[in-house]
Amino acid sequence: MATQHSRSAARLMMAPAVVLLLGWMLVPLTMTLYFSFRKYLPLRGGDLGWVGFDNYVRFVSSSSFWPSVMTTLIIVGGVLAITVILGIGLAVLLNQPMWGQGMVRILVIAPFFVMPTVSALVWKNMFMDPNYGLLAHLWELFGATPVEWLSQASLTSIVMIVSWQWLPFATLILLTAIQSLDSEQLEAAEMDGAPASKRFAFITLPHLGRAITVVILIQTIFLLSIFAEIFVTTGGAFGTKTLTYLIFQRVLESQNVGLGSAGGVYAIILANIVAIFLMRIVGKNLDA
Amino acid sequence: MGQIRLNKVSKRFGEVEVIPPLDLTIEDGEFTVFVGPSGCGKSTLLRLIAGLEDITSGHIEIDGADATNVPPAKRGLAMVFQSYALYPHMSVRKNIAFPMRMAGVPADEQARRIEAAAKALNLTDYLDRRPGQLSGGQRQRVAIGRAIVREPSAFLFDEPLSNLDAALRVGMRMEISELHKKLATTMIYVTHDQVEAMTMADRIVVLRAGFIEQVGSPLELYHKPCNEFVAGFIGSPKMNLIKGAEAAKHGVATIGIRPEHLDVSSSEGAWKATVGIAEHLGSDTFLHIHGVEGCDPMTARVDGELPVKHGDTIYLTPQLDKLHKFDAQGLRVD
Repeated sequence: MATQHSRSAARLMMAPAVVLLLGWMLVPLTMTLYFSFRKYLPLRGGDLGWVGFDNYVRFVSSSSFWPSVMTTLIIVGGVLAITVILGIGLAVLLNQPMWGQGMVRILVIAPFFVMPTVSALVWKNMFMDPNYGLLAHLWELFGATPVEWLSQASLTSIVMIVSWQWLPFATLILLTAIQSLDSEQLEAAEMDGAPASKRFAFITLPHLGRAITVVILIQTIFLLSIFAEIFVTTGGAFGTKTLTYLIFQRVLESQNVGLGSAGGVYAIILANIVAIFLMRIVGKNLDA
Repeated sequence: MGQIRLNKVSKRFGEVEVIPPLDLTIEDGEFTVFVGPSGCGKSTLLRLIAGLEDITSGHIEIDGADATNVPPAKRGLAMVFQSYALYPHMSVRKNIAFPMRMAGVPADEQARRIEAAAKALNLTDYLDRRPGQLSGGQRQRVAIGRAIVREPSAFLFDEPLSNLDAALRVGMRMEISELHKKLATTMIYVTHDQVEAMTMADRIVVLRAGFIEQVGSPLELYHKPCNEFVAGFIGSPKMNLIKGAEAAKHGVATIGIRPEHLDVSSSEGAWKATVGIAEHLGSDTFLHIHGVEGCDPMTARVDGELPVKHGDTIYLTPQLDKLHKFDAQGLRVD
């Protein structure tokens, strides 16, 4: 866009989108900030005026706060580890020529199309139910006592469910990346005397670096706010209360909008801390 | 040492026979060029020698030992790929070190060989750069460097210059030739460019559809092409092949005369014709000529300037001692 005219036209045409996006972001953010400094109990007297940092202090000093931050980080970390490692494995496998390739690829992507609520319910009722779930039957087949997944291994179960949902995403991104690897590079490495394991470590894995970074960053954004999977399975019980879920409880179950809003601001801070760490660790892969 | 012997080697991809059974011996220290049109199987043949493709039948011997089922890394051959196939996330130093690292060469020996290769290839200043920061010619040299440090018994080049611009190609051509003189190692070089083949080779193998058409030194192929295909493929501009009545005068199906072996005159000669396009290069003049029976257009090459233009009438006379004759099957008749 070279001329003055085309530049101003471009600005004009971009304006609606920019205004809409800004409004979408700024209005809720400002309202959250506003409510976080007020005592606002919708069913118990409504807006009761300014309280300063009272909500912030109460939210942090609650015994649920630090466990919920830990739970959030464990879920995010666990799901990231599982999806990235299995995703690389699946991508390598799916990249091999095989019969029925197209069908298999569609099947691999399928879980991503299932709504989080639905997939969590499927897992809860069809797999993890201690009485008639498939896993219970499997355990009984070997004469073992079925695990009560969602109460005995609640966090593991949530990580499993969420990983199942996000594995297709990771696989898909990594598969496209692996397909763009120049086969002559692998052949050159083969000629240079690198066995398959070293070709993977020295050629394929570095080639995937950028894609892995993208997977980690995008998944982190979404995983920090997972909610439906917890809501329909444990309802926040058995140590599965994430920061998001805690905020939900404060606002809707305790009917304390001010306290929840303060939690929301903490969530923003946590997300930014995580983002800074991630960019420090993996962000350099995005350059050059 | 680096003698490579192919014994009844063939290759099929499914139903398609890319290389019919073929015998070929490449002598130690020889610079051999595989040349042929696109899809003639020359790259496949190179990949069979490298071990990157399995041969369907036959045997490959390297230095007298059967290498048919030896994995590529153990054949002692180094390959330079068309795309260079440098490892983009490694510095030039690490790229060159990679094969030695895989072979477990001690660090000080690695450093010594990298130093020597970098010096020979003018890469000393670029050792810490990434391939992405280098020009095409430099990348090519890194790829060669990576091959040299392995101290292989033979080098395999797969169209290494086709991604370079014309000027750089001429330069790299000479660098590779000089490298061959210096190392005196067997080199097999695949190209579709007959100029590269003529300028670099000790011996040229002309391939068509997987068949070896002729094997010989560049000048042998130039002076005594064994059939019409080789005659038309080797030499630039292409040889004029004349069929019909003119050929019948010499008692054969086809006669061939190279553009540089035609005498051009404005007044008299064997064939009267019209100038189509005249390309004036200063050093030579290329004429595309219409009107000679059995060969249209015909090309003639004249040394220096020749003041003719489109539409002029000229006379051509072939130098009879330079005439090539081919029978109905396209084979050379002497």
